[in-house]
Amino acid sequence: MKWERKDLIGLEELKKEEIEFILEVANSFKEVSTRTVKKVPALRGKTVVNLFFEPSTRTKTSFELAAKRLSADVLSFEVSTSSVSKGETIIDTAKNIEAMKVDCFIIRHSIAGAPYLISKAVNSAVINAGDGSHEHPTQALLDLFTVKEKFGKIAGIKISIIGDILHSRVARSNIWGFTKLGAKVTVCGPPSLIPSGIEKMGVNVSYKFEEAIRNTDIVYLLRLQKERQKENFFSSLKEYSLFYGFDSDKYIKTGKKFFIMHPGPMNRGVEIRSEVAERENSLILEQVTNGIAVRMAVLYLTIGSKK
Amino acid sequence: MILNRLLRNWGNMMKKIVNSEEMKKIIDLLAKEVKVKIGLENLVIIGIKRRGAILAERIKNKLKKDIPLGSLDITLYRDDFSKVGANPIVSETDILFDIDEKNILLVDDVLYTGRTIRAALDALIDFGRPSLIKLLVLIDRGDREFPIMADFVGKTIKIKKNQMVEVKVKELDGKDEVIIIDR
Repeated sequence: MKWERKDLIGLEELKKEEIEFILEVANSFKEVSTRTVKKVPALRGKTVVNLFFEPSTRTKTSFELAAKRLSADVLSFEVSTSSVSKGETIIDTAKNIEAMKVDCFIIRHSIAGAPYLISKAVNSAVINAGDGSHEHPTQALLDLFTVKEKFGKIAGIKISIIGDILHSRVARSNIWGFTKLGAKVTVCGPPSLIPSGIEKMGVNVSYKFEEAIRNTDIVYLLRLQKERQKENFFSSLKEYSLFYGFDSDKYIKTGKKFFIMHPGPMNRGVEIRSEVAERENSLILEQVTNGIAVRMAVLYLTIGSKK
Repeated sequence: MILNRLLRNWGNMMKKIVNSEEMKKIIDLLAKEVKVKIGLENLVIIGIKRRGAILAERIKNKLKKDIPLGSLDITLYRDDFSKVGANPIVSETDILFDIDEKNILLVDDVLYTGRTIRAALDALIDFGRPSLIKLLVLIDRGDREFPIMADFVGKTIKIKKNQMVEVKVKELDGKDEVIIIDR
């Protein structure tokens, strides 16, 4: 297969074959990070710009490491020190940086569609690192990669995504990715945090945690954004944790073998208890490791697609 | 008559220069030469993907010793990344042993411009500091662009720039042979 997209905005627009191709390329890149010299010259002389309009540490670090392991130069653009606070539009900001001859933008923004808007305005590659409640494609790709590595396939695997589905871009990207590759996806959470009509994306809906984990291969817990409590989506963190937090009691009751995943950062004691997060079937740190390989693949493909 | 001309043209377009029997003999000879010239002590064999890796395995099997075998994908070290534009496919590099202070036998199918070998040398240096690196190729077709030469050559040929030499191996192509094609 030949990769022809200059941007990665979401998994919604990707074909099944394209997703599989990225996973295959990522597999070749994983080995690079295990070497003593963790660097290859593939993107030597290319400049990658981290343009984060919303705070993030791990995604930014992961992209930065991925770019550096491909020998690209990385510039991190801090929103607090930028001219955005002086009233510049995001398109002007991007075009100004592009005028300095950069090759790729990695964009995170609190508003859905911001990376798409920028991708239409610049010739450089644009990678969405999370936009509002829309998509977080590289997170879903690294989740798919992790599952594929564990099970050898994705088709037929049962995954239950649990938590705040309504506001979660991770959930949306994962639903697109896992359903396209033939997994059986269940979403679960309090009714106020499950968007109506989500069944149309090809998922099952459950409101009971015990039911969602009863017969599944993977339990995927989403981070509960604590600030949502102020918006009255649930009455208290304690109540949420009681019904939807994963603790030993709920774990033992299932008596089944499954893997636990989480996109991080974890709220220990809210959606996941420490004793569950640290079980041997937790894939949480493997997800982080795989994030580098997947992001290397995405950088290599998008930047490489340009003449 | 038209058919005759077609057949004659076909003959010109493709010429077999090594058959499966001959390839086997060449590999036998190369393996013997390696044994005499660098010995098996401290030796590791690394093949350049994809056909070089397959030839490397055959050489290793001829030497009949527990020699570490690895494969190298040079895509990420190519010098034409920005030039070719479209992404060359990356495959996995598989060197699961330490190459420090080792004698490396680097194996490829065809030696032409020397650019692949340049990339492979860069890649190997990232893995450690070997004592020496020797190059083995099945076919040397000349027309070098870099100051690189092979230490072990199966067959040297002289062909025109618009011709292409193609090494075929059972594992990937269904049969062992070397052909020259007019482009």
